Order: sequence, then structure tokens, then C-alpha cells
Amino acid sequence: MNRSHFRVLEVNLSTGHSRVHEIDGRITAIGGSGLAALLFDRFGRVDLPWNTEEQPFILAIGPLTGAFPLMSKTVAAFKSPYHDQYTESHAGGRSALALKFTDLDALVITGRAKTLSSLEIGSRSIVIKDVSFMQGMDAYASGKLLRRICRGGSGHRSILRIGPSGEIGSAMACINADTYRHFGRLGGGTVLGSKNIKGIIIQGDGSFALPEGQEYKKIFARVYEQVTGTRMMQKYHSLGTPANMQSLDDLKSLPWRNLQQSTDPEGIKGINGQRFADDALLRNGACSGCPVGCIHIGYVREKFSEDNRYLYRQVAYDYEPLFSCGSMLGITDTFEVLNVMDVMEKVSLDSISGGVALAWATEAMERGLISEKETLVALAFGDAEGYRKAAHLLGTGANEFYRLLGQGTLKAAQEYGGEEFACVLGQEMAGYATGELFFAAQSLGFRHSHLDTGGYSYDQKHNEKDVDKAATFLMNDEPGRCLLTSMVSCLFARSVYTPEVLAECLTSLGYGEVADQLSSAGENIRQHRWQLRFATGFAPDDIVLPKRYYKVKTWKGPVDGKYLDSLRGEYGRRLSALVKNQPDA
Amino acid sequence: MKILTAPHMERCIGCHSCALACARLVHKRLSWETAGIRIHSTGGLSSGFAAKRCLACLDAPCVAVCPTGAMGQRKGGGVIYKEKLCIHCGECVAACPVEGILQDRDGDIFVCVQCGQCVEYCPHDCLEMRDPETVGPGEVIA
Repeated sequence: MNRSHFRVLEVNLSTGHSRVHEIDGRITAIGGSGLAALLFDRFGRVDLPWNTEEQPFILAIGPLTGAFPLMSKTVAAFKSPYHDQYTESHAGGRSALALKFTDLDALVITGRAKTLSSLEIGSRSIVIKDVSFMQGMDAYASGKLLRRICRGGSGHRSILRIGPSGEIGSAMACINADTYRHFGRLGGGTVLGSKNIKGIIIQGDGSFALPEGQEYKKIFARVYEQVTGTRMMQKYHSLGTPANMQSLDDLKSLPWRNLQQSTDPEGIKGINGQRFADDALLRNGACSGCPVGCIHIGYVREKFSEDNRYLYRQVAYDYEPLFSCGSMLGITDTFEVLNVMDVMEKVSLDSISGGVALAWATEAMERGLISEKETLVALAFGDAEGYRKAAHLLGTGANEFYRLLGQGTLKAAQEYGGEEFACVLGQEMAGYATGELFFAAQSLGFRHSHLDTGGYSYDQKHNEKDVDKAATFLMNDEPGRCLLTSMVSCLFARSVYTPEVLAECLTSLGYGEVADQLSSAGENIRQHRWQLRFATGFAPDDIVLPKRYYKVKTWKGPVDGKYLDSLRGEYGRRLSALVKNQPDA
Repeated sequence: MKILTAPHMERCIGCHSCALACARLVHKRLSWETAGIRIHSTGGLSSGFAAKRCLACLDAPCVAVCPTGAMGQRKGGGVIYKEKLCIHCGECVAACPVEGILQDRDGDIFVCVQCGQCVEYCPHDCLEMRDPETVGPGEVIA
């Protein structure tokens, strides 16, 4: 189980051949994010477009995967269809443990299958099957069929799949991971689609001997007690991240109706976390190896016959899709929000990007920039039925307008107008209208994710407008997160897995050398990722911040445009200095 | 002697903490499979989970078919497995009607020893160690 090198499976879909590589670099790259960057260096091409046949799609796990609680995430890395730059997307579910039990640190998929195919790997098997008959199939149906096609391993396998959005080339296409989790952002689904891969099945059918002695068991028990017996993870266990709906609305930081408002005290009553728990929560679920169980699964039911005949579907909900398919679209009913999310799931769109894109389209329609000629259905804030139809049209690329919108809201806005109110921060925004630092941080962040750094948290704790201090916070916050995403931990556990605890965990498994170099490794991984991002075309000055962000009012009052611009300038300058190894980064 | 029961599997969230605990603490392995209790979905994640494990029979069929006496009847239900006596023939695996016993690819046998260490690691209290006399019909097969 513990080895100083990485064991990596490369599957070349063009040739149908596979190869196991033993690659050095454990101490500096660790795994996860660091390993993915290392592998992109080896298998990827910074100078070729994302959809070039040879470009890799990478799945990577870390040295602590499966061995400790909440070490349950997988890092996907690829050149993104959204901006043609290097990126990562992370998901929970079962894929991390399944990959671990195939005795691999990473899977690298290169080439392109001749027909739409499934790829099944196990510790002793690699099978590529033609699944042309699944073309255009939605993510739910695909999961069911793949379970039948690739039998065995129920509960101990991971099924990743794409829906129609990934097949039509949408830059918002996600990869559905085990039904309720996703490699959501920046178009990973379309990377698989471009490789003619409909689904990846990972059979976790191996096991490993653990180190002798009591150290590992003792540390495991201590960490387990912290995550289950204390209040540290209570937020995620109870209402889950949907608790943010009410708290951010109270802070006047919840985007409503394409961020024309940052609070709606009446509307939030219908879609806050407590309301979802009371009305729509069916049950909870967990990623494999995580006892917190933060997955909240709601339900929608549909009357399909006048004779009181109903069907129901289960829809997992978290804060981000609730914001993007709820408040951002002006929908104030729990079940109507879930109904829109349900369609996003079927077409396998990143529901954050999809919801934000439709919010822009709604305002563009209100302003007369577009009409039903483009949207094919009427869009109005609060009209869930219209959004259900539009989500399907967006995910299936129904016409030129939707195909362009699927490449990114700003791209559509450049064609039809309305750039000033496109809610894009590098990609469609995450649900935090907390102020200047978050806007700067997401727009320039490595993944354009709210989890790249704690900008939204800083906004809530600091009133002073100190550009140097804020930029220093962002720069100092990132290496620690890189360590966690290299282990690979769920970032919800960041308060549990301090660098000291990580070092103990690593040492108990025999990774003492990695533990000794943690601090420098975190910095190295951060720098490596950014070097790849810059090498594939990232330039901080190219990122446009729509005017809408300068008009936001939070609990602190109106956004200070000058402060925002100064933050963006300084953060961008420091990132540029970082990749050049300049001391003032 | 108490036996392992799973009366609240409808609460299961599929975290595998019980199986991982059994593998870690009883078998000294990192695994969700080579353990005395194994969690499987029952038709995709939408349908819930089942705990594959020894149901602690009082007259265990695996004991009856074991040719070497490696599987012995445990008082109160379940089995006592003596690895030293095992020839890894797999007859016990085939005899168990509920897939309670696992044989891995190396031929090693994994069966619940009714120790209850998994119970402490279930975050939703799906599992319980119970006196056999207190277990009503249907409670074991949850």
C-alpha cells in the first residue's frame, strides 16, 4: 500500500493499449493535486487545444485516501473546454476508495475511442466496451445501464458517467459521480465526451495489509472521534451546506435574480436550509470512507396521469445548486428548485454554471437583448417550469443560442449583449456575494472555485480595506489547501486536518519522509499548478469583471470599486510573480 | 454471548466505516471487502444499503460442510473460525445462503467473529450487539 513512487495506469483509447507506470516524486508531489500536475507535465501538452486526441484526462488520489476519515475525494485534472487552460475538478462519492482498491494512485486516459465506449478498470482488469447505444442517454439512465453492463462489485465500485451535455461539447458539462456527487465545474464531462467515453467504472476489488503496531489505529480513532463526536463537522452533518442560504441572505450576500439583489427576506423563507430539511429531505448519504454523511437527498414527485399516478426521483442538494437554481433564478419553493436541479442532473450540466447562465438569459430577455426566438421558451424569474425546459435545451444544445451559452455566459453575452450583467468570475459565479475579496479571489482563483481560498470568509471577518493584508491572506491560504487536496481530503475537514495532524497520519502509514517535507511540498504544489495554468494561457489581466459586481450591496454597504480593482491587481501581480519565482509573490 | 445485529440498516448512509473498521481492527487490512461485514448497495445508491455478514445461525450450515473443523459452532450463534485448520476449500462460502462469508483472491476466509468493534464506528447506530434471546424474528435480517 505504501510506496515511495506512484503507480499510474495509462489507458490509451486510440490504441486500446494500457500501461502501468511507476513514477517517482512522492515527497514533492504527494498525490492528488500534486500528482495530477506531475502527470499533466508528463502526458499533457500545454501548447495543444484541450480536445486534441493525446491530451490526458487524469484521476488522482493521495497517500491518505481511504486510510482516514474524509480522505474521500478524487482530483480530476484536464485542459478545460471552458478556457482551454489546465484545471482541476474534485468529487466525492466512491471513486477515491475504488481507485485506491485497484491499487492505483492515478488513472490517465489518453487518446480517443473509435465509438462511444465505457471503460472498466479493476485491480486485475481493464475492459473497454462499445456503448454506442447509449448516445444521448441521460446521467440517471446511464448509471442504471452501466450497472447492468458491468456486473459485480455492487457497493464497491464507482460509476462515473456523462449525460448529453458532455456529448454535445458544452463547456458546462459535468461528470456525474455515483449519482449524487459530481466533478462539476469547467467542463470535465465534455473532456470525456471528446474521448468518446460515456462512463468509467472503477471496481475497487483489492485490499492492503496495514502497518504493524498500534500507532495508525490510535490516530485513526482520534480523528474519527473528532469528526463524529465533536461539533467540528456539525454544520455539514445537520442541515448541510444549505444552511448557508439563510445566513448569506441575512448578510445580504446571497445572489438573487441574477445578482440584482443580495437579499430577499421573504423569498428565503421558502428555500432556506431548514425548509429543505423539513419539507424535502428524504435521507442522507455519504462518500465512501466519510462518517459525516453530508449528502442530503431530497425528492421530487411528478403526477404523470390524471388518475393520481405519480413517479418520484431523488435529487441531492447542496448550497451551491440551491443558490444557482433557486435564489439566482428567483425561485422560492423547495420542490420547484429541486425540479430544476433534477433536469440539470439528467442532462449532466454543472448546475452552478447552468443556473447562473439561465439567470443571465432571463435578464437579457427582460431587457430585450434576446427573445423566445433564441430561448425557445419564455424565461421569467420565479418561473420554474420555464427553467426546467431551458435547462434541458441548454444541456442538449438545442439551437445556436444554447450551444453558445453552454460555452460560457460571457461568450453568449459578447454575441447578444449584456456583458455588464453576466455573473461570471472566471467562470459562472459561486454563491457568495460577500464582497470585494471574494470577487477578486474567485475571478483569479486557480479553479475559479470558492474553495480555492477563503476569500468569502475573509470578507465576513474583516472590515478594513487593506490590499496588502488581504492579498497576503489569499496567497498564504492556498498552500495548505493544496496539501489537503493532495492527500486527498474533503475540504470540509480542513479544521481537523491541520498540518500537524496530516504529518501524524502520514507517519503512521510509513510516509515519514513526506511528513517531514509538508510545508515545502504545499508551496511546490501550489506553484506547479499555477505554472501549468499560466503556461496554458492564463493571464490575470485578461479576466474581465462585469459591472454588476461593482453594484452589489452587502451588509457592509456598496462594494468599493477602487478597493476591488486594487485587490484584483495586487492578487494578479502576486500570482504572476509566483510563477516567475519572484520573491515578492 | 452477544451477536452482531443490524436492526437499523434503513439509516445506513453507505460510508463503509463499519467494514473499514473490521478490516482495520480485526484483520489488519485496509479494505472495504476483506472484512466480516461488508456494505453493498441494493440496486444503486437510490435504493439503500445492505450489510452482508454472518447472521449468527445456531445451527450454521457453514459449520456442517467444513471438512476440517476450521468452522466451529459458536455458543449463542455464529461461528468460531480457526484459520490454522482451514484448507481454503471455500465450501463454507458456498454453504452460506446469505453470502455472509467472503473468500478473497488469495483464498483467505473472512467471517464475522461477533466482536462488535464495527458497532462503535457506525455513525447512525445501524448496528447493535445483542443477546440472542432478545432478538426477535426478522430483527437480524434487517
